[in-house]
Amino acid sequence: MEMEVVENARAAFLSGRSRPLQFRVQQLQALRRLIAEKETEIAAALKKDINKSEFDLQLFELIGIDTEIRLAIDRLAEWAAPRPAEKNLLTLSDQVFIQPEALGVVLIIGAWNYPWAVTIQPLIGAIAAGNAAVVKPSELSENSSKLLKELLPQYLDQEMYPVVTGGVPETQELLRQRFDHIFYTGNSTVGKLVMEAASRHLTPVTLELGGKSPCYIDKDCDLSIACRRITWGKFTNCGQTCIAPDYILCEPSIQDRVIEEIRHTLMEFYGDDPKTSPDYGRIINKRHFSRVIGLLEGTAVALGGESDESQCYIAPTVLRDVKPDAKVMQEEIFGPLLPIVTVSGLEEAIRFINDREKPLALYVFSSKKQVIKRMLAETSSGGVTANDVLMHFSVPSLPFGGVGNSGMGRYHGKHSFDQLSHLRACLVKPLAMEGLNQARYPPQCPARLRQARFFMQKAPCSCPPATCVWATLASILALGLLIALLVVLFKVRGENCVHSHTHTHTPLIDTHTISFIVSLTFHTHTLIHRQHTHISYSHDPVK
Amino acid sequence: MGVEMEGQSVVIDRLRTSFRSGVTVPESFRLAQLEALFSLIKENETQILQALHQDLAKPKFEAVLSEIDMVTNELCFAINNLRTWMQPEYVGKNLATKLDDCFVRREPLGVVLIIGAWNYPLQLILLPLVGAIAAGNCAVVKPSEISQATEKLLAELIPKYLSQECYAVVCGGAEETKTLLEHRFDHIFYTGSQVVARSILQAAAIHLTPVTLELGGKCPCLIYGRLDIKAAARRLVWAKFFNAGQSCVAPDYVLCTPLTRDALIPAIREALETFYTPQPRQCPDMGRIVTDKHWTRLTEMLKRSTGTVAIGGESDKEEKYIEPTVLVDVKETDSLMEEEIFGPILPILTIETLEEGIDFINRREKPLALYVFSDEPPVVTKVLENSSSGGFCSNDGIVHMTLPGLPFGGVGASGMGSYHGRWGFETFSHRRACMLRGWGLERVNVLRYPPYQESSLGWLRWATGAKKGWAGCSVM
Repeated sequence: MEMEVVENARAAFLSGRSRPLQFRVQQLQALRRLIAEKETEIAAALKKDINKSEFDLQLFELIGIDTEIRLAIDRLAEWAAPRPAEKNLLTLSDQVFIQPEALGVVLIIGAWNYPWAVTIQPLIGAIAAGNAAVVKPSELSENSSKLLKELLPQYLDQEMYPVVTGGVPETQELLRQRFDHIFYTGNSTVGKLVMEAASRHLTPVTLELGGKSPCYIDKDCDLSIACRRITWGKFTNCGQTCIAPDYILCEPSIQDRVIEEIRHTLMEFYGDDPKTSPDYGRIINKRHFSRVIGLLEGTAVALGGESDESQCYIAPTVLRDVKPDAKVMQEEIFGPLLPIVTVSGLEEAIRFINDREKPLALYVFSSKKQVIKRMLAETSSGGVTANDVLMHFSVPSLPFGGVGNSGMGRYHGKHSFDQLSHLRACLVKPLAMEGLNQARYPPQCPARLRQARFFMQKAPCSCPPATCVWATLASILALGLLIALLVVLFKVRGENCVHSHTHTHTPLIDTHTISFIVSLTFHTHTLIHRQHTHISYSHDPVK
Repeated sequence: MGVEMEGQSVVIDRLRTSFRSGVTVPESFRLAQLEALFSLIKENETQILQALHQDLAKPKFEAVLSEIDMVTNELCFAINNLRTWMQPEYVGKNLATKLDDCFVRREPLGVVLIIGAWNYPLQLILLPLVGAIAAGNCAVVKPSEISQATEKLLAELIPKYLSQECYAVVCGGAEETKTLLEHRFDHIFYTGSQVVARSILQAAAIHLTPVTLELGGKCPCLIYGRLDIKAAARRLVWAKFFNAGQSCVAPDYVLCTPLTRDALIPAIREALETFYTPQPRQCPDMGRIVTDKHWTRLTEMLKRSTGTVAIGGESDKEEKYIEPTVLVDVKETDSLMEEEIFGPILPILTIETLEEGIDFINRREKPLALYVFSDEPPVVTKVLENSSSGGFCSNDGIVHMTLPGLPFGGVGASGMGSYHGRWGFETFSHRRACMLRGWGLERVNVLRYPPYQESSLGWLRWATGAKKGWAGCSVM
């Protein structure tokens, strides 16, 4: 059954109907309508799946999807257009460009924590890039998954974007088929299996995985604001966010205050009893509930700790003085437990972070720029937000993805489009000007070799020809200005001499002035030159 | 000396320790290493040419243009642009984040593994290495054991010029490569065959290591419509028989109409005689096949072919020589169409229409390069728009890969990922999304906190949404 679905999708792709931009835009507009028109149904399904509040649904799922769709529609023509590339002397009159092309049939495997966002956002990229896509939502968010299967064919091209539901056997069957790209969101263990399956067909993959996202709180910062932001990011969706701050690192001297501030914020957010707050979520299922409760083993609870299995409810919980080898520090928590591990300072925090796998996100709170700078320079992670949490996810122009154990590849905005395209290098030449090619043909002799090297070798200044022209013009201009200035000054001085030989005068132009003018000219020239070179490479070369 | 004495683990641990110390991060270090690599090439040109000649009877001219100069060009490009590449890239923001700093940092990955191939044994190791060094990584380099002289030379020279703490050469065959792949790397860069690529991907999956695979395939060459047959023949012959056909982007086979074929054969013959003299075996500009095994594979393939030899056909086992050979009347099921030829044998298959040619190409795996020769722009455009390949070049062969502004890489069965120029730098970097927020405007943040207010949603949508015609591009 899965094989048939994939074959149909491939036939749909090969028909060529997803090539015209118009088709892609239509599909994206239809997708947008789906989200807008079926908001109520989507909210109801999510409530059943994970007790997600309507607000959270909007803020974390739907607004993001809508933004991405509108961005893709607006910019598609630009993204899909040929991108000019730098030429060398031999190809000055040729067309050198990079042409984005569709890959073919893409497999998108979604996750259950933000079932709409992490399934539809890659789909937006797939559609925009002109691919067909088989969508496999997570079976753990059962209601959302069923709803997606029902709705997508009502709005989008049915053969081009089929939805396959099911559990592990269905996913495994899908992974046996050949795809042109696999986009997986989930955990590292399954990520490895996906990559292994992909290897059989030499299929490239994007893996959006997870990890333990550390959150360092410097003692020099506004603790009240910091803790508020952290509390928001941690306990939203009941901690089931791939980029939630997993654990806190801070000095012992501020631990108590941190706990107090979090307690205060929790009160503000969810009231006395979070269980009764409509804004507080639940754990997705019993299995994960047990898993998270198990992580409490051997820890000291500072706040919360209550739970109710019948509701899969776990109270917002903070753990103090957690040891690095505690169970809760061995795996991604993905739940509302917030351990605090004390460190002696920034140095130890950096070491602690670097001793572990590279996380998907890293957070640092400090009012000292130096602290943030050091944290950035001396650690690695998928992304970073300083002085807040989660927010780097919300800017479409920032690439969203992991590194090392937290994943490979990136998406959001144009990055989705590029990730699911092939950027084809193109050189379009005429058959004319064969004379130019003479130097590279055999039979060979030193003179010919020299000639060939001249055309193909890079000079120490390897600026693109345009920049060289620009640099030459800038030089001429600067030199001209210098000469003009000197002429004027000397002329003025000369007049002074003639008309005021009774006065003693200080020279208008002396060595200081000359060196000033020369350096001004030089710097202007360098600035223009560097600016232009800078601009030449400021296009995101992507992929 | 290679790494025969030291265990691979010891080497990799040493590199990892160096990387963690942060020594490869500063621009000055990277530049120093790149300049040292430049000196390596400049000061040892003679030895390099000798080694290449030993391995492949590579004509000096070819070695200079396709190996030495390719590497020095790449080095110059990296040295001159490194500072720019290392700059943080500021990106467009939405209203909610207008006052924040949003940028992308390019960061090194760690310890990377580069596995080279034997057909361009210098460039296929050093070009990726340039990208890896420029991006601030440490690297283990594994040259192909088939091109032995170059392997030995690299093992001797690299430790002499580059920091031994950060870069190591590991020599050996399939067994050593297998054990090497059991270790964890932060990126694996492989040039070679599809079969081996699969096992590399599998090994990489265990550690979730991203890979770049530069593979091959049969690069089709469509010759169609009105064209200057002599110029086309010269360029085709140059690209095909360069390095005795052992280039991953060599035109593998030709598709043309019978009429074109009839005009093409004499033009090819003329070009061959001009380039390699009527006695190519005696010509110093004609290369040789790399090993006996590969020579046998090619001659067997030729023997089994049901096509007609129109030009060439001679070979000599001792010299590992195969004469530039062109065959006609080759069917789609011919032995020459079963796998990538990778030798100086050019089959010509006939088609009636352009559509037929395009369909033929699309029936097969996506190649690393696709060539079209035609003086009619609509023909070129049609092929470009109705096919897919790693790279595309019209009215010439191979040269598209010498442009540093173009990414060099495959798609589908011909590979994944790309390099050359800035693309190499990006391949070996992690693009880290960074957002630096301030402490102010906490009032604005209040909108997002529980207890949730319906009214806040409107504001949030407005502040975080995209506006039509909104420029999300770099603020440069």
